[in-house]
Amino acid sequence: MADFDYAPAPESRSIVDIKASYGLFVNGEFVDGTGTSFKTVNPATEEVLAEVAEASEADVDAAVKAARRAHSRAWGKMPGKERAKYLYRIARIIAERGRELAVLESIDNGKPIKESRDVDVPIASAHFFYYAGWADKLEYSGYGTRSLGVAAQVIPWNFPLLMLAWKIAPALAAGNTVVLKPAETTPLTALLFAEICQQADLPPGVVNIVTGAGETGRHLVSHKDVDKVAFTGSTDVGRAIAKAVAGTDKRVTLELGGKAANIVFDDAPIDQAVEGIVNGIFFNQGHVCCAGSRLLVQESVADEVLERLKRRMSTLRVGDPLDKNTDVGAINSAEQLARITELTRVGEDEGAGRWSPACDLPERGFWFAPTLFTGVTQAHRIAREEIFGPVLSVLTFRTPAEAVEKANNTPYGLSAGIWTDKGSRILWMADQLRAGVVWANTFNKFDPTSPFGGYKESGYGREGGRHGLEGYLQSEEGAR
Amino acid sequence: MTNTSAAPAAHSFADVTSSNESLRRFLHGLPGVDQVGAEARAASLGTRSIKTTAKAYALDLAIRMVDLTTLEGADTPGKVRALANKAMRPDPADPSCPQTAAVCVYPDMVGVAKETLGDSGVHVAAVATAFPSGRAALDIKLADTRDAIEAGADEIDMVIDRGAFLAGRYLDVYDEIVAIREACDATNPGAHLKVIFETGELQTYDNVRRASWLAMMAGGHFIKTSTGKVQPAATLPVTLVMLEAVRDFREATGQMVGVKPAGGIRTAKDAIKYLVMVNEVAGPDWLDPDWFRFGASSLLNELLMQRTKMTTGRYSGPDYFTLD
Repeated sequence: MADFDYAPAPESRSIVDIKASYGLFVNGEFVDGTGTSFKTVNPATEEVLAEVAEASEADVDAAVKAARRAHSRAWGKMPGKERAKYLYRIARIIAERGRELAVLESIDNGKPIKESRDVDVPIASAHFFYYAGWADKLEYSGYGTRSLGVAAQVIPWNFPLLMLAWKIAPALAAGNTVVLKPAETTPLTALLFAEICQQADLPPGVVNIVTGAGETGRHLVSHKDVDKVAFTGSTDVGRAIAKAVAGTDKRVTLELGGKAANIVFDDAPIDQAVEGIVNGIFFNQGHVCCAGSRLLVQESVADEVLERLKRRMSTLRVGDPLDKNTDVGAINSAEQLARITELTRVGEDEGAGRWSPACDLPERGFWFAPTLFTGVTQAHRIAREEIFGPVLSVLTFRTPAEAVEKANNTPYGLSAGIWTDKGSRILWMADQLRAGVVWANTFNKFDPTSPFGGYKESGYGREGGRHGLEGYLQSEEGAR
Repeated sequence: MTNTSAAPAAHSFADVTSSNESLRRFLHGLPGVDQVGAEARAASLGTRSIKTTAKAYALDLAIRMVDLTTLEGADTPGKVRALANKAMRPDPADPSCPQTAAVCVYPDMVGVAKETLGDSGVHVAAVATAFPSGRAALDIKLADTRDAIEAGADEIDMVIDRGAFLAGRYLDVYDEIVAIREACDATNPGAHLKVIFETGELQTYDNVRRASWLAMMAGGHFIKTSTGKVQPAATLPVTLVMLEAVRDFREATGQMVGVKPAGGIRTAKDAIKYLVMVNEVAGPDWLDPDWFRFGASSLLNELLMQRTKMTTGRYSGPDYFTLD
């Protein structure tokens, strides 16, 4: 009998209209930059998608000025219930144009369409809906009602639209205006979001989008007239930002790297734990700061879990991000692929056992097969450094205390997962783990009502939930 | 095909089934099922997009897997003859349309079905053992089974004693399945036994996994979700847990057991979701009417309408398909 071969099921690209070149979004209009430009490519094909302006220092200054004007003349004074109307409108437009946003995100980022369609876009919309609700209820937030002013926001390439929503929605709800810089490899959905701001009749200057790379980001966060810096990205850049704003009165929140432990006990629901391990590390090609990149499995069930995990990994479908049946898409950039390749080579050199399922990778584009390393110990670099790719390091433990010790033995502290049928152990573990988010019998679940953020080198500040407002309000005590 | 000698699977589990206590320890020692995780996995497999050639393959396979069913108090020889004809020629307008796997009837209708189906290759399945409640003494259930087999049934769909199962009398449930299997073998060694759990009454996925292992150890050829008389009947997550069980049972024993979701599967789209799940959870070996069946009636016409759409490019109305 013939196999059940899934025929290609590509989502149509025709819904998106990618322009040949893009300018900056400043004061409610698209303007040409005064600096150079750069190209954004489709990581699945290496096709150049568009030429995008690289904002110069003068461009950034113009954007910050526009944001300042909008804050003092319009947005900062507007009653919360009026601001809420705009946020609800944006949330609805994101949902209405969901397919367009999802296709564009998958083209520019390389992530599977099923994830951009079912995760990124709906949660981005939900974030705006959620914070729209807060806009006229700030007095109940516990952090006061006074906005900070202008927020400089720099976001990464792994969830371009979703990270934009995490940054912009609470800032606007609290009455701030923003200048946001998307990552240089994934600027397109932020530029489409700028169009959505126009469609929603958002007052000019409330949201400004400046595209560019590291230099543009430096100009933005070190600009004298920003009141708040919010950054999501690597720990190295986060550290540089913290230095750049030291000695100023800018407020800072940083959401940085992670090396999360996903801890599987011998009484875990094994089939669902295997799903959780797969979701923890192969979701979004492992380009997730809270990815469960270290599997800590109790030694007594390690063989069984590994066998089931390998079988499950063999069914992952790697390929065209726009195919609706693709589970694992393209690596976002040549640079990131080189880093993943380098760290996996180190893993092999250090003697860990490397395994990947058989899978045909496309010839063009940036691809990396789902990979796991067995026999990893805390002394291996692949157990310590963030790989930010579809690579899982498998370690074992004997007792709950050892699991906690190993899970916490990292400079990071963003997230952790616990798999056990024992409720009391979940509570005990959650209490012991030095991680901002602890998932029990699930992983990589995000909701606008739930705060997210790190310990230690994973950063500080919280995004999401009531806590997410703290970074955008002057609490009564801390009023300057 | 499954080894058809008497209850071969029972041997390797002799220790487990030596007492109710040891059987309970074994069943309760199986890994738990997390409800949220299992339902999320089933929903995620349900988003697979099956198009063009894959869809054509899936539709024909689904038709070949249908146990075309009528289980009504109002069943008559005329109704059963019509159903049997439908099973042999589901789409009279298209001779390339495959026939269904079986027709499924009450024991007293087996003779009529058998006579109509002849040597067409379409099997006759009979529900037995005081279907659907299973509330009768063992000797009555055995007589019910023998009656159906002697009338020519190729397959017996038995129900487990849910009361005994929920009361923790696992060994009683096990012994009853073994006894029914022996009754089948004694009369027709080729007869296949499907074991119905009525998962809508067992309620939890942990119970579904335990019932699956219990039935497989007792020698059932198929494990089946429901009678169709209780809601909810078949669901994707319940079938997921059963597919995991047959996959794990083969790893443990080398033996394959079939799976039959029954009741509530009405659309071609739903049927395809089940086939995706079979493919990705149990594996492609189960993509065969010997190892996977749909217990259904109205599903067949939905499959036929989609099949016609695939070949002609146009949807046609229900008037163009036979109502039997």
